[in-house]
Amino acid sequence: MTFLHWATISPFLLAILVPFLYKYFRKIHTGWFVLILPIVLFIYFIRYLPITSNGGTVSKSAPWVPSLGIHFDLYVDGLSLLFALLITGIGMLVVLYSIYYLSDKGEKLNNFYVYLLLFMGAMLGVVLSDNLIVLYVFWEMTSISSALLISYWFHREKSIYGAQKSMFITVFGGLSMLGGFSLIYVMTGTFSIREIIANVDLVTGSVYFIPAMILVLLGAFTKSAQFPFHIWLPDAMEAPTPVSAYLHSATMVKAGIYLVARVTPIFGGGPEWFWIITLAGLTTLIWGSVQAVRQKDLKAILAFSTVSQLGMIMSLLGAGSAAYYFNDGDNLLYTTAILAAVFHLINHATFKGGLFMAAGIVDHQTGTRDIRNLGGLMTFMPITGTISLIGLAAMAGIPPLNGFLSKELFFTGMLNASDYGIFNLDTWGLLLPAIAWIASVFTFLYCTILFFKTFRGKFQPEKLKVDKVREASFGMLLGPIVLITLVVLFGLFPNILAYNVIEPAMQAILPGILDAGELFAVHIAHWHGFGTELWMTLGVFAAGTLLYLTMNIWSQSGFYRSERDIFNYLYDNGYDGLIKGSQLITRAQITGRLRDYFIYMCVFIVLLIFYTMFRYDGFALQTSNLSPIEPHMWLVIIAFVLAIVAIPFINNRMTAVILAGVAGYLVALMFAIFRAPDLALTQLMIETISVILFMLVFVHLPKLKKDDTKPSIKITNLIVSIGVGLMITLVSISAFAFGSEIGFPSIKEYFIENSKELAGGYNIVNVILVDFRGLDTMLEILVLAIAALGVISLIKLRLKEGEDV
Amino acid sequence: MEILMSIVIGIVFAVSVYLLLSKNLIRVILGTLTISHGVHLLLITMSELQRGAPPLLDLGEESFTDPLPQALVLTAIVISFGVTSMLLVMGYRTYKAHETEDLDKLRGSADE
Repeated sequence: MTFLHWATISPFLLAILVPFLYKYFRKIHTGWFVLILPIVLFIYFIRYLPITSNGGTVSKSAPWVPSLGIHFDLYVDGLSLLFALLITGIGMLVVLYSIYYLSDKGEKLNNFYVYLLLFMGAMLGVVLSDNLIVLYVFWEMTSISSALLISYWFHREKSIYGAQKSMFITVFGGLSMLGGFSLIYVMTGTFSIREIIANVDLVTGSVYFIPAMILVLLGAFTKSAQFPFHIWLPDAMEAPTPVSAYLHSATMVKAGIYLVARVTPIFGGGPEWFWIITLAGLTTLIWGSVQAVRQKDLKAILAFSTVSQLGMIMSLLGAGSAAYYFNDGDNLLYTTAILAAVFHLINHATFKGGLFMAAGIVDHQTGTRDIRNLGGLMTFMPITGTISLIGLAAMAGIPPLNGFLSKELFFTGMLNASDYGIFNLDTWGLLLPAIAWIASVFTFLYCTILFFKTFRGKFQPEKLKVDKVREASFGMLLGPIVLITLVVLFGLFPNILAYNVIEPAMQAILPGILDAGELFAVHIAHWHGFGTELWMTLGVFAAGTLLYLTMNIWSQSGFYRSERDIFNYLYDNGYDGLIKGSQLITRAQITGRLRDYFIYMCVFIVLLIFYTMFRYDGFALQTSNLSPIEPHMWLVIIAFVLAIVAIPFINNRMTAVILAGVAGYLVALMFAIFRAPDLALTQLMIETISVILFMLVFVHLPKLKKDDTKPSIKITNLIVSIGVGLMITLVSISAFAFGSEIGFPSIKEYFIENSKELAGGYNIVNVILVDFRGLDTMLEILVLAIAALGVISLIKLRLKEGEDV
Repeated sequence: MEILMSIVIGIVFAVSVYLLLSKNLIRVILGTLTISHGVHLLLITMSELQRGAPPLLDLGEESFTDPLPQALVLTAIVISFGVTSMLLVMGYRTYKAHETEDLDKLRGSADE
């Protein structure tokens, strides 16, 4: 365990302390204690920046389960450092914001911060782990902490619904991913990502290549809310707004993006990877942006917008993976997409984090998030309004903000991709920039709606839940102000990120593509001349404005009026069906009848044994080494069989018990004939007591009635019992035959030889019972004692009036 | 002899299972009693019948039947007696409490 390890798990350690801090320092908001950690971690990770920007990496190892090749290996390169900085940096602002957002009276702050720290630690673990299994463990922990945070206000039904939904979908993806990781292990024999990348030929040449890819992508797509798994993200908005800003826009949902970027060197370069990711991303992009237009809730708009932006980053990663096909690092034609992905990842975290916080402020100060009730807030909340304006302008792609730059790069990336001339792109290539453009129009549209419906227009105080609308306190505004300042800063001077952050991250996503000493030479410019991208951007503004101006016309349509994503019906029906189906199966199976359970067991065992016998030729009959049947034996056996077979037909309980007794005494007789005098004696005694016991009890039981079971049930019972009998006979005959065939020596010689010498007894059976296996006999006596206690207490037990057994 | 015994044991098992499947509590208890006979006979049969003298050293014989299965069966007889008596008393209490020995009527509540 190195210092880096301790830094990674430090949030967990602090989480242990949080309940105590909450309990003993009630006067101080618990958030202030928690705030220290992300600040310290952020400073700590900043110190790695010089290392990675010089192309260096840091890796530290600690054994966890060495015998299975699972090591707690941490690896810091450009990509993981970028994420670590996002997690701690945004985490810092979110914790600060939450201090003002969640009041220390009435809110369960201890729960909140424990969950939040759990998440922070898990997320750091995901991005810093080099070992796939360790990554998986942290990955699932982010799912769990996310569900816990969504259900933070657990008395609300919608919170529980959202938490459950996110849990089902992301854990389903997580398990698929584990399957994918296992396949990778099968192919390469290692869980270490770096070793896998070094032996990538083993993966690309394997038959498991496609299954592993799809399974890993299922994990990434569910986590990053890609179409059609995106439906959990809008429902996750039931979480407190700091959580939405942190987990569900800036960090956790980008874990899927991280994973795709991380495994691009393993799977990238082929048409499958390119098309699956690009198409999933573009579908998500357009679906999310269109859905966002229909939403009326501020956070729902932002949620679908997050879905759509995640799709955009995903599609860029897909398009950029073609760089592996060309294996040509210094050609910007192929690598621009990756550049755009990394850049937009940062930009999205800044503006969307700020926007979520601003939406939370509006909710906090007005008591509603419905845009139909809001309006004219610019007058009352000018700072929040300005923050939102800048954030939305960045998202809509208005110059000179950072969103404009990354959107231009996105267009460039898509246009480049349509020019690759591989993977059937010459036929379908034009689709990519076309979808990108349409989706951007909708993005522009919902950004406009969000701003104008909330901050401009008519103020409607009667629809708000507060008497007076005020601007939020400075502490609450600080977080979004910092983020929005970054939006402007990165917009004006994008190249402060280019060399320190984006270049090393690109090198981490595309390792081995550059020659030694070469760089991607990232340079982001505002002005590219009158290229296609510029015309596309201008077209977006024009079309978006036009759509907004005609909103009165199309807002009457059914498309705008309904909000629910149709995939929710699929989820809801599937969920209901699952529950109803399992109830149906359970009810059919758990009937409460002894007979049914017994039939299941018998039928299963009989079928299993018959199948095995036929399948493996397990029947054998041996006729040579048998003991002779003496004539008197026939008499005994016929009497025994008659007694046994008669029992079910007897309707008189006394006769039935006597018949059972007769059968028991005949068993004793058989024991005597089979040279087992001790057994015969024991059987005689036990049978006598049993019969007496039966008679004693029967006095208190009703008379045996004639069996009035339906004939069909009787026949089933008969078939099952004959099946069991037949099975026992066959098994017995075969076991006997195989037993003498194998000729395995019996251990009886030991007892015969040593009975007298070691134990001084002549009756070998007795010696075995009391000496060689004495402990068994003692425990047997214990069992009998327990049974005796049970019998006595059952007889003596007197229940009070109305009490049930 | 062993094959004959195997068939007899099969019959014992068939009858016992039939009794256990019955809805009458008394028949079920009788079924447990007879099925234990089947098990004991099966164990004894598997150890080759009637080879050598009873396992008593003072008879002065040279070869003996296998004493180990006999010890096992002896234990089993006693344990199955414990089980039978426990079941009997439980049947008695059940009847006292619910006034029925019909297992179809003793199904518990629906939402369990």
